[in-house]
Amino acid sequence: MLRYALKRLISLGLSLVAASLVIFLSLEIVPGDPAAAMLGINAEPETLKALRIELGLDKPPLQRYLSWTSGMLTGDFGISYTYRAPVSQIILDRIWISLPLALLALLLSTLIAVPAGIWAATKRGSIADIAIVGTTQLGVAIPNFWFAVILVLIFAINLGWFSAGGFPGWAGGPLPALKALTLPAIALALPQAAILTRVMRSALLDTLGEDFMRTARAKGLSQRQAIWRHGFRNALIPVLTIIGLQFSFLLAGAIIIENVFFLPGLGRLIFQAIAQRDLIVVESVIMLLVFAVIVITFLVDLAYAWVDPRLRSRA
Amino acid sequence: MRGLLVGGALAIVFLAAALLSLIWTPYDVEALDIAAKMQPPGGAHWFGTDHFGRDILSMIMVGARVSIAVALVAVGIGIGLGVPLGLAAATRKGSAFDEIIMRSNDLIFAFPSLLIAVMITAVFGPSALNAIIAIGIFNIPVFARLTRGAALSLWQREFILAARVAGKGPARISVEHILPNIANLLIVQGTIQFSLGILAEAGLSYIGLGVQPPTPSWGRMLADSQTLASLAPHLVLFPGFAIILTVLGLNLMGDGLRDLLDPRIRRARS
Repeated sequence: MLRYALKRLISLGLSLVAASLVIFLSLEIVPGDPAAAMLGINAEPETLKALRIELGLDKPPLQRYLSWTSGMLTGDFGISYTYRAPVSQIILDRIWISLPLALLALLLSTLIAVPAGIWAATKRGSIADIAIVGTTQLGVAIPNFWFAVILVLIFAINLGWFSAGGFPGWAGGPLPALKALTLPAIALALPQAAILTRVMRSALLDTLGEDFMRTARAKGLSQRQAIWRHGFRNALIPVLTIIGLQFSFLLAGAIIIENVFFLPGLGRLIFQAIAQRDLIVVESVIMLLVFAVIVITFLVDLAYAWVDPRLRSRA
Repeated sequence: MRGLLVGGALAIVFLAAALLSLIWTPYDVEALDIAAKMQPPGGAHWFGTDHFGRDILSMIMVGARVSIAVALVAVGIGIGLGVPLGLAAATRKGSAFDEIIMRSNDLIFAFPSLLIAVMITAVFGPSALNAIIAIGIFNIPVFARLTRGAALSLWQREFILAARVAGKGPARISVEHILPNIANLLIVQGTIQFSLGILAEAGLSYIGLGVQPPTPSWGRMLADSQTLASLAPHLVLFPGFAIILTVLGLNLMGDGLRDLLDPRIRRARS
C-alpha cells in the first residue's frame, strides 16, 4: 500500500507541475499588455513602465513562472493588479462561499441519491424503480443554471421564502448564510444527484448478483439483512469514487451558479478578473481549482486502493 | 428499444428544426419589433416573443442549429484526435509513448471543460469557436481512454494474431480490424458526449463565454430573459425545454444504442 501511495504521490506532484505550466503558458500568450489594459490608452509611458516593473512584467517568463509557483507553495499568490491586495487574501475571502456551497451541494446530492438508488435497486422492475430511473434521466438532462432560474422564480419571487441572490456573509451567524446558499446548492446538487442515483442503483444491482450475496442468503440472512450487511458496503466503492469526483466538479460548476445568484465566490471572482485582465487572479484561481481536482482524484485513488487490494497489485 | 425510438424521435425533431432554420424560420431572428414585445404564446407567435419582440420559436430553431453545430464539431475534435491517439497508445502498451498519452489525458481531465473555456476566453475572448475548442479539448481524453481500453482487449484476440501472422503492421491492423470492432462503442460514447456538448454549450453561452449576440443560442436566451422571468415565464421555459428535450433525447438514444449494439446486454435481456 505504501509503495502504491508513494507512486501516486510522485504522479500527483508531476501532474501539479504540468498543470501549473499549462496554466502559466496559456495565459502568458495573452495578447496585449496587462499594465496598458489597467491604465487605459492615455497612460504616460513612464507610468506604464513603472507599473510593469511593479507587477514584475519586465522579468523573463521563466523567472515569473518560478516566482509564481514558489510563491504559491508558501501561500504568497502575488498582488492583484486591480484589487491592490494580496491574491491569497482575496481568494480566502471568496472561498468561504464557494467551498460551503460545494459541500452543501455534495451533501444534498448524496442524501438524495443513496436512498433513491438503494430503493430503486431493491425494487428492480417495480413502478418505483421505473419512476426513479425516469426521474434520473430527466435530472441529468436539466441544466443546473436553468433549474436555478426556475427555483428563484418559485421560491424567491413567488413564495418569497429565499432571497433571489446575494450573500449576507458569515458574520451575522450561519443561518442567514446557509439560507442564501440553499437554492444555489439545490440547483447544483440536482444533476449530480441524478448521476449518483444511477451509479448507486447499478452498483447495488451488480452486487446483488454476486456469489457472496447468495452465500449470505444461504446462511439464513433475509434479503434486507444481506443487502445491508454485505451488498451495500460493496456497492459503496464505485459510489464513493463518484462522490469524490463530483466534489471537484461542483467546485468548478459553481462558476455558473454563483453568477446566477450573484454570490461573491471564486466563480464570480474569476469573471471579474477576466474582465479586468487581472491575470494573476485568473491564474491563481484556476490553479487552485485544478489543484483541488488533482488532489481529490489522488485521495479517491488511494481510498479505492485501500478498499480494493487488487488495484494496488496492478499499479 | 422504446427509449431508442423516443430518444431518436426527439433528436430528429431538433435536428429537423435546426436544418429547417437554414432556409426558413417563421420570423427573422434579428428583426426587432418592440410593439410586439413579450407577447405570450399564441397564434401569431407560437412560443411568444422576447423583450425585443423577437419570435422565440424562430430563435429556438436557430439556437438548435448553433447548439448542434457546436456539440457536433466538439465531438468531431474528440473523435478525430482522441481515437487515433488511443489506437496508437494501444499498439505500444507500456511504452513511453503510451505513458505520455495517458498522462496527458489525466492532465486534461484535471481541467473541467468550464475551466478550459475560462482560460481560452481569458486569452482570446469569448466566441462560439472558443466554446467548440474548450468542449472539444475535453472530449479528446474521453475518446482516447475509451479507444485505448477497448483496443487493448482486442489486441489479445486470435483474429488480431492471425492478422499479425499475415504480415499486417500495427497501423493497418488498428484501422482495418480494431476500428470496425470498436465502432459501436464510439457511436454510443459519441451520442453521450454530443448531449454533454449541448449542455456545455448552453452553459458557456449562458455565462457569456460562448456564442455571441446577435446569434441566438439557448443559453444566451436564458441569460437575457432571466430578470424578466417573473413577468413572462415563457421566456425562460421554452429555451430550457429545448435544452432538456434535446439532451434527454440524445441520452435515451445513447442508452438505447448501447442496449442494441452491446451483445452482452442483449443476451442478458433475452
